[in-house]
Amino acid sequence: MPEVLAIDFGEENVPSPAIRLDGLVLERGGKAVIDGLSLDLGPSGVTAFMGPNGAGKSLTLRLIAGLIAPTAGTIHFAKGRPLPQQIALVFQKPVLLRRSVRANLDHALKTFGMARRERPARVAELLALGQLEALADRPARVLSGGEQQRVAMVRALAASPKYLLLDEPTASLDPQATAAIEALVMRAAADGVRVILVTHEAGQAQRLADDICFLHKGRLLEAAPAALFFQAPKSAEARAYLAGDLLL
Amino acid sequence: MQDFGAAFAEAFSLIVGFDAALAEIIGLSLRVTFSAVAIACVIGLPLGALLAVGRFPGRMVLVVLVSALMGLPPVVVGLAVYLLLSSAGPLGVLQLLYTPTAMIIAQTILVTPIVAALTRQVIEDLNSEYDELLRSLGTSRIGTVATLLWDARYSLLTAALAGLGRALAEVGAVMIVGGNINHVTRVMTTAIALETSKGELALALGLGIILVCLSILINAGLMGLRRTAEQMAYA
Repeated sequence: MPEVLAIDFGEENVPSPAIRLDGLVLERGGKAVIDGLSLDLGPSGVTAFMGPNGAGKSLTLRLIAGLIAPTAGTIHFAKGRPLPQQIALVFQKPVLLRRSVRANLDHALKTFGMARRERPARVAELLALGQLEALADRPARVLSGGEQQRVAMVRALAASPKYLLLDEPTASLDPQATAAIEALVMRAAADGVRVILVTHEAGQAQRLADDICFLHKGRLLEAAPAALFFQAPKSAEARAYLAGDLLL
Repeated sequence: MQDFGAAFAEAFSLIVGFDAALAEIIGLSLRVTFSAVAIACVIGLPLGALLAVGRFPGRMVLVVLVSALMGLPPVVVGLAVYLLLSSAGPLGVLQLLYTPTAMIIAQTILVTPIVAALTRQVIEDLNSEYDELLRSLGTSRIGTVATLLWDARYSLLTAALAGLGRALAEVGAVMIVGGNINHVTRVMTTAIALETSKGELALALGLGIILVCLSILINAGLMGLRRTAEQMAYA
């Protein structure tokens, strides 16, 4: 039975987990790319998954999102499996429909079952949230990378999800665009959205995350409050990773 | 050579003078062709999209079958529709043989596999890009097909164009089920075949020139539309 790692929130009042990953295994081509991952994620805040390439961070995110099924193990949500609109996923490379920004947002709301007459008002709110009003009627795919990712972010927030899963959302963005995305993430977290972020950037993890889960070769090696993790990482792999010496 | 020259000259005079017989044949050709392609698109687009995103037993068999049917010999289709619609056939009671409707049916059968097979390819490519997003949004199977078809609409013009090309140039099937009856079922291709066999090269040439021009114009128009859409990042 693999040990369940949980974030240490202090001596008392350890919150009940919002998401419990229990012995997750994912095999690809006969090889375990996620290898017995067990983790309790608390009900609020921002958790960053860190680790070198091939650690299994993005796959874990997809497992939580329900996009792929584990070979073994379970994912348990405290209040039952959320509806698709309650668990939003933002990809590293934004996937936008071949439509205007407005139509992209409208499509998501329509998919979530929002009535036609209610959608324009919500689209306007989302455009304002992403500061995208001036770009509303432009084809989404001609926008800059940062603008496209803002569209993807506000689309993810369209139905006020409970969980926001972000897979390196700023990996290919400049600092200004990164700041805009981080502002949206912080706002969502402040509004009570449970955020799980995959990132390679230690600076971003320090700015955004309350706690860090460090993965290496499909195994969870550390789960700790962010300050503690960056101050004194327990595992040799995490120390090497933070020093830039662990690339795979 | 002199005959050819005279035939060309007469052909141009028929075109420029907007000859009534010529116009009637062109009109019927376009009506039959566009009707068949429209019906083939209504069937072939969703069928191709379902084959692209659906996961059901026998899917691969269907994919292979639809691709194989792209090369259906028109005369065989003509013969099959003839047998179906002839008075002794199962649909003989409808009295459709030697009518434009019979021609539309035959052409629809020829064009639908082309539209479906090309649609499957286009939609499969787009789905590989959209798949995770649409699944993460919880999109239903029908919603996925609708989204993919709409977003691939300009790329799918190629499928419609390929179908249009086949229908416009087709002669064997429409000859068999239409009968090439003057003022009733005579279209450009059957008229060209008939007039050539009679040695009436002027009308055949005139129709041939118009057929080629129409084909170029339709292709150019739709390709232009697609190019514009690509530049606008909608394709």
